[in-house]
Amino acid sequence: MRILKRFRYHIGVFFAVIGPGFVTAMVDNDAGGIFTYSQAGAMFGYLPLWTLLPITVLLVVTQEMNARMGAVTGKGLSDLIREEFGLRKTFLLMVLLVLTNLSNVMANFAGVASSLSLFGVSRYISVPLGAAAVWLLVVRGTYRSVEKIFLGACVVYVSYIASALMIEPDWKEALINSIHPQLMLHPGYLAMLIGMVGTSIAPWMMFYLQAAVVEKGVSEKEYKESRVEVVVGCIAMAVIAFFIIVACAQGIWAHGPREIEDAADAALALRPFGEYAYILFGAGLFNASLFAASILPLSTAYSVCEGLGFEAGVNKRFREAPIFYWLYTLLIVIGAGLVLLPDFPLIRMILWSQVLNGVLLPVVLIFMVLLVNKPELMGKWTNSRFYNFVAWTSVAVLIGLTLALVGITLRGMGY
Amino acid sequence: MADFLYFTEIVGLKVYDLKGRRIGRIEDAALVPLIDPVRVDRYLVGGGWTWLTVRWDQIRSISLDGVHLREEILTPYHEDEYMLRIARDLLDQQIIDVNGRKVVRVNDVTFEIRREPENEILRVLEVDVGLRSFLRRLLQGWVPRRWIRAIQRPIAPNSIRWEFCDIIEPDPQRRLRLNISHQKLEALHPADLADIVEVLTPEEREAIFEAIDSEVAAETLSEVEPRMQASILESLATGKAAEIIEEMAPDQAADVLAELEEETSEGILGEMDVEPKTEVRELLEYDEDTAGGMMNTEYVALHQRATVADAMEAIRGAEDLLENLNTLFLVDEEGKLAGAVPIGRLFVAGSETPVAELAAGTLIKVTVREKRDRVTEIFDKYNILTLPVVDEEDNLVGIITADDIISVLRQK
Repeated sequence: MRILKRFRYHIGVFFAVIGPGFVTAMVDNDAGGIFTYSQAGAMFGYLPLWTLLPITVLLVVTQEMNARMGAVTGKGLSDLIREEFGLRKTFLLMVLLVLTNLSNVMANFAGVASSLSLFGVSRYISVPLGAAAVWLLVVRGTYRSVEKIFLGACVVYVSYIASALMIEPDWKEALINSIHPQLMLHPGYLAMLIGMVGTSIAPWMMFYLQAAVVEKGVSEKEYKESRVEVVVGCIAMAVIAFFIIVACAQGIWAHGPREIEDAADAALALRPFGEYAYILFGAGLFNASLFAASILPLSTAYSVCEGLGFEAGVNKRFREAPIFYWLYTLLIVIGAGLVLLPDFPLIRMILWSQVLNGVLLPVVLIFMVLLVNKPELMGKWTNSRFYNFVAWTSVAVLIGLTLALVGITLRGMGY
Repeated sequence: MADFLYFTEIVGLKVYDLKGRRIGRIEDAALVPLIDPVRVDRYLVGGGWTWLTVRWDQIRSISLDGVHLREEILTPYHEDEYMLRIARDLLDQQIIDVNGRKVVRVNDVTFEIRREPENEILRVLEVDVGLRSFLRRLLQGWVPRRWIRAIQRPIAPNSIRWEFCDIIEPDPQRRLRLNISHQKLEALHPADLADIVEVLTPEEREAIFEAIDSEVAAETLSEVEPRMQASILESLATGKAAEIIEEMAPDQAADVLAELEEETSEGILGEMDVEPKTEVRELLEYDEDTAGGMMNTEYVALHQRATVADAMEAIRGAEDLLENLNTLFLVDEEGKLAGAVPIGRLFVAGSETPVAELAAGTLIKVTVREKRDRVTEIFDKYNILTLPVVDEEDNLVGIITADDIISVLRQK
């Protein structure tokens, strides 16, 4: 009886803390992520699948530290950085964050445009409407209703699984390649692997996840359940990525490897396998893009205002938190507006955002591990020696890969 | 010369001895609140191997041009628990702006220079937040001090007077040493205090609830969102938690306790006085979604044959309930509900009038098992402020008030 009660309590806590980990992991599969995974499948088939396992581990290691810091200190990452590293460093970091996230917002509005163009909707209609919907959602909603919508959006990702199932991929091949690493010294292949890691672990996630854990009010005591949620979220993200790669491997690569233009292009290629596979893939892309386009500006505005000491929060009025709302609004307006410019060099912007990302990520990661090891902040919750080894190794690997990606990107851009 | 200095200007000021030789630069300044809550007591000077401490009375003059000493016997800096160091403990941290009723982050601190015949003293004037001080921090050390003053001029200042600042210090020992009290917070409206508490960290919340008066704590706690209520109570010592729960209205107390793990809530109940404990325990028996779970036991009931004079007497005896009292209830010998009397009617009747004559036409009531949705419906349909709740034998056991209904509707 007592055990049952305890069990029920823990289940209750799990549902009380659900949200942050899932939402973060799902938004990770945004327009950029879907494009990268589709590209990986289209060009190299089932081969890159094995990277998902190490990616999940890296993701869990970083995300877990964020969730832990949020639960133990009750403060967001930008708060902690400000308190421990001072205003100037925080300011520089926030400028970088705004720029990277702005290009991410742009990429996702581009995703909205291309996914809806599959269904014959002009971008001059889809993008402004999407932007308005995103803006209203937060300005008119409350945190609770917003989170419900976000969790609902997470469920839509199932469409990728359905879409992949319809194409009837070679499951044996897929499973073998998931656990059997295949390395080739093909420069395109290496760049692809690095790109996959790069899109999976981004600075905004760290700020968003920690803030969401704090906003959710997860306490030290409930942290165990919260950690489970974070890990499950990361795994779910990898599962979705798996199905995207598999769908494109079977749908495109099996009929001749080729590069795709954007994620919508991947959806188009799936058309011969059935109208539904195509619609589901396109709908998934639309959902992911809109979802990320609503989270990114919000998370950015939060992080910046908290770190720099301006009032923030969706529960505040415009007059109470002007900088928060202005930043939020501008990110959406500029992000969506640039996509509509006829000659806007979108691809170039996205490449630049990868470079910025590469500059920002190492700094955030290093700050993070330094913070999580401060006993005056974390008490008994600092990293253990083994965990620190894992954390620093992961950080080193990530920094190495990110810098490699920056190098590849810059070379590809002709620098 | 201006008779104020910003902390951003003080940091890095050159310090000169009696012969005008430079001995170092200011790194930080500290108050010792137990001695004087506003005077800068010590300046920490870096230069050589170690930081030196300059006492406030060793300074002849301090201005944008530097610090000139009047005495040279300086001691090396030692960590001291009684010091509130501006750069380390105040800058970039969050404090509560009691006047503005919100939590703010400190960008800079403004000091007033007080000139005495022998020396010059700095006193904390305000804590600076907002864009102007933000800019100062950003440019500090990169742009000459006087230029910064010129650049910032067009931006409106945004500062909080030192006496309205409440520093949040989770460590109780250090709180004593720094002479920090949360008395200022007790003057706030509990709803405002609750808003502030909600944005703080768990540790800081605990610190505030531990330090403030139990009655204020109880009122504040009932305004905090339910999940947070539980985590606050769990973090407090059982005795303190019981004190706060005792001060709460029984229905709210029961709601909060229902959110806790059973061990914790039993522990708290164990520490409570007998009378409030039984009331809360009874309320805990009911399901949250029923009238029983929504009701509280803070009502005034009279015998049905009482007069207006008796009623007035009963009201005088129920001082705690006056703020929200709007209806009296009549019961018979066995405690069965017999009527409801709106208080207003008492004032227009003679003192010998039987209250039963003043009772409302139809008696609206619910049983403890009535579903929550039905209860809110009744409030809407009959436009009432207070609804009596009876048990299976029709005995009056509690009331539900309109503010309970508002909370229920808001939570949906």
